Amino acid sequence: MATILEADRVLDCKGMLCPMPIVKISKEVKAAQIGQVIKMIATDKGAPADMQAWSRQTGNELLDSHEENGTFIFFIRRTK
Amino acid sequence: MSKSDPNAPRRLALIASRGTLDYAYPPFILATAAGAMGWEVGVFFTFYGLPLLLKDIGAAVSPLGNPAMPMKMPFGPEGFQNISWPIPTAMMSVPGFNALATTLMKQTFKNKGVASIPELRAMAIELDVKLIACQMTMDVFGFKKEDFVPESSIGGAATFLEYAADADVQLFV
Repeated sequence: MATILEADRVLDCKGMLCPMPIVKISKEVKAAQIGQVIKMIATDKGAPADMQAWSRQTGNELLDSHEENGTFIFFIRRTK
Repeated sequence: MSKSDPNAPRRLALIASRGTLDYAYPPFILATAAGAMGWEVGVFFTFYGLPLLLKDIGAAVSPLGNPAMPMKMPFGPEGFQNISWPIPTAMMSVPGFNALATTLMKQTFKNKGVASIPELRAMAIELDVKLIACQMTMDVFGFKKEDFVPESSIGGAATFLEYAADADVQLFV
């Protein structure tokens, strides 16, 4: 189920494999303000599991994670 | 007593002891991933892993002695690219074959979207990963501090063990 969420920033990680998507999201989160939401798009099949682990480890909130036509969409909120 | 500081971030301590292209990936992938998760990371580059700190990384791959290594072609239709070519052992010792295998593997990795070793190392540096060059190996093989990327530090077994003692994860790769 796709959730309608507003994003402040968009990060395109299509075509990248591990560990690039989480390296890129960690940089993007540092560049964002606390409370801002980032929409991340990836094609790496390992991204759904890795993004959950990354969010648990960093404490940033994974608001939504779903698949759309073969790509994975994530909404992340910077919490600290 | 476990960790000296209970509020410290998680820590990963790695030993990189092999310098071929295939063995260079695991420490750099784990180091950058841990760094991206906010962990503290230290990698001890020792023995054949030490040349991974050289300014110009020359890591190559050899199918000789790597019996499970698939030989893939990085061009042509997908079905062709997915074939694992059976290479006779005698051919693996032909001069120039390692260079060819290295080129094909680098291209295959690039096509699939895997970062190169120099790119991963640059990211590790950006993520403040501690790169420790083994002093003993430097003396044995004749490397100088100036040969390495300037972000490297130098240490011995005790330096690494002290760092690893406070780590949550320690791996030899």
